[in-house]
Amino acid sequence: MRKTSPPEICFGERLSCRQQAIRSLFTSGPGILWIVVFLLVPLAAILVMSFLSRGEYGEVERRFTWENYQRFCGFGALGFDPLYPLILLRSLALGAGTALLTVLAALPLSFFIAGLPARWKNVALTLVIIPFWTNLLIRTYAWQIILAPDGWLARLAAAIGLVGAGQPLYPSIGAVYLGMFCDYLPFMVLPVYASVEKIDWTLAEAAADLGANAAQTFRHALLPQIVPGLVAGIILVFIPATGQFVIPDLLGGAKTVMLGNAVAQQFGASRDWPFGSAIAVLAMGLVMLGLWVYARLAAKRGEEAVL
Amino acid sequence: MSDSRAAIEIENVSRRFGAIVALDNVTLTVRQGEFFSLLGPSGCGKTTLLRILAGHDTPDTGAVRIGGVDAREIPAHKRPVNMVFQSYALFPHMSVWDNIAFGLRMKKKPPDEIAERVRRALDICEIEGLEQRRPAQLSGGQKQRVALARAIINEPQVLLLDEPLGALDLKLRKQLQVELLELQRRLKITFIYVTHDQEEALVMSDRIAVMNNGRIEQMDDAEALYEHPRTRFVAQFLGSCNLLSHGRAIRPEKITLLPPDTPTDEHHLRVRVEEVIYVGAETHYLVRAGDQQLRVEVMNVKPGRQGFDVGQEVIAYLPPEAILTLED
Repeated sequence: MRKTSPPEICFGERLSCRQQAIRSLFTSGPGILWIVVFLLVPLAAILVMSFLSRGEYGEVERRFTWENYQRFCGFGALGFDPLYPLILLRSLALGAGTALLTVLAALPLSFFIAGLPARWKNVALTLVIIPFWTNLLIRTYAWQIILAPDGWLARLAAAIGLVGAGQPLYPSIGAVYLGMFCDYLPFMVLPVYASVEKIDWTLAEAAADLGANAAQTFRHALLPQIVPGLVAGIILVFIPATGQFVIPDLLGGAKTVMLGNAVAQQFGASRDWPFGSAIAVLAMGLVMLGLWVYARLAAKRGEEAVL
Repeated sequence: MSDSRAAIEIENVSRRFGAIVALDNVTLTVRQGEFFSLLGPSGCGKTTLLRILAGHDTPDTGAVRIGGVDAREIPAHKRPVNMVFQSYALFPHMSVWDNIAFGLRMKKKPPDEIAERVRRALDICEIEGLEQRRPAQLSGGQKQRVALARAIINEPQVLLLDEPLGALDLKLRKQLQVELLELQRRLKITFIYVTHDQEEALVMSDRIAVMNNGRIEQMDDAEALYEHPRTRFVAQFLGSCNLLSHGRAIRPEKITLLPPDTPTDEHHLRVRVEEVIYVGAETHYLVRAGDQQLRVEVMNVKPGRQGFDVGQEVIAYLPPEAILTLED
């Protein structure tokens, strides 16, 4: 027997499959086109590129190879060298560290803002966003000035014995984290605040009513409600922070290579596009894998993960 | 002056939020094992009073004692009271089992005891088989039972219920009213029950405090409140009431309609039938004598065709012992 699917009914009209497809093309078509042209095609190009080889003069040769990936894992032409694995670890650590710092600051800040009278909430949120209006480079250079040896902060640090007198506070790992923290804080505060704002406080009352102390109430009644915001914030901070290299360069003394400048270097000075692509693909794959595992864990614990 | 039989003592408690007076010098005592209702329209202060008892709010002035102990000395999470919230407030990320076990886990009871008591609570509230579900997978009535189980498992001295049946449909509400009442008799826990549904309060309560504008208008058992309301508010909030001149009133069902040829005295009124509403067991009439309109409710006791027609002149008998005298 021949099976025919019943025609789709749309706003009271009967549409054949063909009509349905044409309409869908008009509504979703532009969006799909945009994603294909500006996201999928470039991604595919980078993926293909990562398996090609660099020619004598930095051109791309159509010779399929795994060499770029082997090289990244440390097995280059000159034997084992952990340079690139270390770069990767360093970048992941920077991303994770930045995410952790911003979470620790965003939680109390979000609760504080959510508790303000309605009028002041918007003022506070605007204050959180204002640094965005300044270019990242300018903000980072500003930190150099603030942290300079004759700056008040350096003198204060010297006075309480943190550094020697006349010593600058940068370049240092502390300065890097300070810059990263300030740059990414808004990305964490906004989604976390959105969750905190929506909290159903009766659940906190219910928990207290059933004998939970303040810490237990937070853990069992409030935290599960803000997990979606935390997940969103961690994704928004961790991914770009892992690829960040301007701030480590400027505040860390340009001595440490991060994933971001490793990629930039290969596409720029080294003229090795295939290897640059391989680094990009690996970094992207690793971050996505991490997020996938994270989302699975969150889903398993019953908290809705935003992914 | 603490009464040993008192579960809750509230003395001269006031609470204001900005310009709004939520509670205005409220004093009441709830006896142990009593089913006590706070009845009033929304915004009358009954929920504020409940939240003060639970420790989620504090009075501006006045004293609250729970089991003879000053409530100020017991933080919310240590009070021997539990609350059933109007919105149920079940933890959405926990299973029914974990929701019910929550209170005992917070008290660090041994796992065996917790499992045993959860099973008993599931049994008492008739929700066995639902323990692995999430609150989102439950019907309104089931959520209500879970909320109840989650509270009574802690064996509180006093159970506070904030319009617990408010979100349910009429039939389920009636059924749960009976079940709640049986549960209260069985567990011998003091219930303080907040509702705006006068019938619910009348059916369930040992005593009722009728509240209005943050004050207690009258506190009595159901029959006394209905038969002897002291104020106009109480008379009109519980059932319906015909207001007469000089602060007097009469309930519609106390009036008798008689044929026009009946001999009359000063308790009889010659009236004209303006409207007849047949509602099955009763017929409701709107009758008028001059400026005075009266609502009359007559039980349809005799078989066949009932009563009078629109436009008919009849005699209304207002028995003198049924006339209420109101204070305001």
